[in-house]
Amino acid sequence: MTGFMRAFKSALAGLALAGLAAAGLQPAAAQTPPNVLIVGQIAEPKSLDPHAVTAVNDFRILMNVYDGLVRYRDGTLEVEPALAESWEISDDGTVYTFTLRQGVTFHDGSPFNAEAVKFNFDRMLNEDHPQHDTGPFPLAFFFSAVEEVTVEDEYTVTFTLNEPYAPFLSNLAYPTGLIVSPAAVEEHGQDFGRQPSGTGPFKFVEWESNARVVVERNPEYWEGAPQLEAVVFRPITDANTRVAEMLAGGIDLMVEVPPDNIAQFADDPMFQVYEQAGPHVWFLILNMKEGPFQDKAVRQAVNYAINKQVLVENVLQGTAEIAAGPTPPAFAWAYNEALEPYPYDPEKAKELLAEAGYDGEEIVFYVTEGGSGMLNPVAMGTAIQADLAAVGMNVTIETYEWNTFLGEVNAGLEGKADMAEMAWMTNDPDTLPYLTLRTDAFPSEGGFNSGYYSNPEVDTILEQARRATEPEERASLYMQMQEIVHEDAPWAFIANWKQNAVATDRVQNFELQPSFFLLLKDVAKQ
Amino acid sequence: MLAYFLKRLVMAVPVLFGLTIIVFLIMAMIPGDPATAILGAYATPENVARINEQLGLDRSLPEQYFIWLGNMLQGDFGRSYSLNRPVIDEVLERFNATLILAGASLVLCTVFGLLAGIVSAVRQFGWTDRIVTFFVLIGISMPSFWLGLLLILVFAVNLRWLPPSGMYAIYGGGGPLDLLTHLALPAFTLSVVATGVVARLTRAAMLEVLRQDYIRTARAKGLSERRVIYRHAFKAALVSVIPIIGIQAGFVLGGAVYIETVFQWPGIGRMLVQAISTRDLLLVQGGVLVVAASYVLFNLMADMAQHALDPRLKT
Repeated sequence: MTGFMRAFKSALAGLALAGLAAAGLQPAAAQTPPNVLIVGQIAEPKSLDPHAVTAVNDFRILMNVYDGLVRYRDGTLEVEPALAESWEISDDGTVYTFTLRQGVTFHDGSPFNAEAVKFNFDRMLNEDHPQHDTGPFPLAFFFSAVEEVTVEDEYTVTFTLNEPYAPFLSNLAYPTGLIVSPAAVEEHGQDFGRQPSGTGPFKFVEWESNARVVVERNPEYWEGAPQLEAVVFRPITDANTRVAEMLAGGIDLMVEVPPDNIAQFADDPMFQVYEQAGPHVWFLILNMKEGPFQDKAVRQAVNYAINKQVLVENVLQGTAEIAAGPTPPAFAWAYNEALEPYPYDPEKAKELLAEAGYDGEEIVFYVTEGGSGMLNPVAMGTAIQADLAAVGMNVTIETYEWNTFLGEVNAGLEGKADMAEMAWMTNDPDTLPYLTLRTDAFPSEGGFNSGYYSNPEVDTILEQARRATEPEERASLYMQMQEIVHEDAPWAFIANWKQNAVATDRVQNFELQPSFFLLLKDVAKQ
Repeated sequence: MLAYFLKRLVMAVPVLFGLTIIVFLIMAMIPGDPATAILGAYATPENVARINEQLGLDRSLPEQYFIWLGNMLQGDFGRSYSLNRPVIDEVLERFNATLILAGASLVLCTVFGLLAGIVSAVRQFGWTDRIVTFFVLIGISMPSFWLGLLLILVFAVNLRWLPPSGMYAIYGGGGPLDLLTHLALPAFTLSVVATGVVARLTRAAMLEVLRQDYIRTARAKGLSERRVIYRHAFKAALVSVIPIIGIQAGFVLGGAVYIETVFQWPGIGRMLVQAISTRDLLLVQGGVLVVAASYVLFNLMADMAQHALDPRLKT
């Protein structure tokens, strides 16, 4: 008997010793090395082939390994030259001629030239291309207007579009427009996504599944070698664990910090908190085909009844700003500054409801449990339900898992629901209204206008804006559109998300971008 | 013995086969599809159809299943579309990590569970029994993911003794010591509930054996108490405890899903969670098949051990 007691006690002692041994070893290991940046990502990347992926999480790596023909100017969503030094657009807006930067090589040593550019777009768009089977390329439709890519000479390439398509340049600045090495694609085939090669400031070193992706400084980068020696991207899917790693010193930089933890980091001098509003809008789709929301007064009443201030301050804890209309302010050049958010005014909402003769009919409200850009959808949905109840609206929530939710909502709300949560992040002011607010974008037509908003004036403006090649003209058309949509209220406009990040005080020169990409070229670490 | 073993192995085949059909049907029935998961907000019917065609998901269900089965029998588990690599590479790599974690917890829960059970049985209703039982009950009742977060907070964030997550240090790591420091917290967390269960059942089994006549006889013969407990009582009690440990092996494999998520352990549980949410059918199939096969195998091993220990079961 005493033998067992002894064994029990010595086992406990052993455990304690192991703890002490670990204690002696660990603190040194927790310190990350200088000039190597360790980034806490929210998930394992799907692929490092920029044409094969759709997630912002993957873009964060890709933007540092590849370049596009054009890119967004630092701190804006305006396009500037990158691998293309300049370009010309034909008067009818259908022919884009790019003059390419000379002397640039891919990380695998092969040259960047007009042939390489043609290869990239042919691979995505042309089903007969020998490397088309290295897909699928889910966002290839960004370039569906491209009819042909022609090599004029070694450093001149022409894109012929089948119709004028003004968002073309900003789509080129999107990760789907990044240029991959044709030689590497030919060599690795389907495995190119795990053996990537681009022209960017960092070269791919290794991808250890579920542990890390490592990239190192490209000393030959055409814009000058980056400061950091290497960057390690580390997937940590659980947000609490990501915060714990940050606090324990295991990572230098993390994105998508849970709102609950922002204050804790902000109060600690060891950490720097970054925030940047992006091209994101969180809204409620209102079903205009049937039920109470056919009446504009009821739709406006919803906009007045929701206390957006409380939503962004309390539910989202300051990680978002109140949205005024359908276009996020991050598109500064196309944003209508004159637009004011619907004020919180329950009395006005009640008046409008009475005027419309709303008598407490049930309103079915689709809420998602999570999902890309959806922030805190269940808490948001519940708070909105309470606000609407306060003005006499009888809202029933139905909650769905994100994938199911998308399937239901994208197919259109008719016969199912009166109202649904939704959020979009886009790269051009055209994308969201064009896909969700036109008559030709009804779900039956393959679009995302799940609430069946239809205003011929908006349809015309959006078509005109696509054809306008002058930015000023486009901008003024989008501003008009925002005013009309704001008044028609096909949605309840709720919030624009501010992306956040936290870095240790050793990280320097880091800035978040409105594009939500993570650009590490100029970052340094002590 | 060998015949019995082989018979049990053969019996496992229809079980696993049926399982693949069930997994396949469930994945087909749950709403949402891989194309929607890939496209997210851009999932128009047109784009979805295009992706489905490229992934071969436009074929009929039976057709898809038999293609998969045919390939699988030839050792080709297909390619994961959410990870863009062969399923078998991913599954084996992940399963290896899970085996390390589950194996370590199984050792912990066996050692501490048996010790705690014996100690409290021998000192029934004494202070040691009460204290051990108190901790055992707390262990059984505590949600393990919550315990995991608490341990991270104390040992990784505040004391900085152990790393909060991962399997190896992200920079300059590797080696057994590095693995051990990363393993300590998740393995302990995962073992807590199982330790409690093993302890409770060992205590009950020991108490029952200790009341038997032959134990009284052994004591009457003047054998030392240590010899009575260890040689006579413990060996007999072990026979009923071993199947429980076999079941706990399955339990720690299942529990690894939460623990792997909390500690970012790159195991198969976390892989399955991600595969399901991206509707990555082939990855789910491969993962479930491996987990189920190992569950069957663990139970078989427990049965074998029981056979070896219990003379009554010898044929």
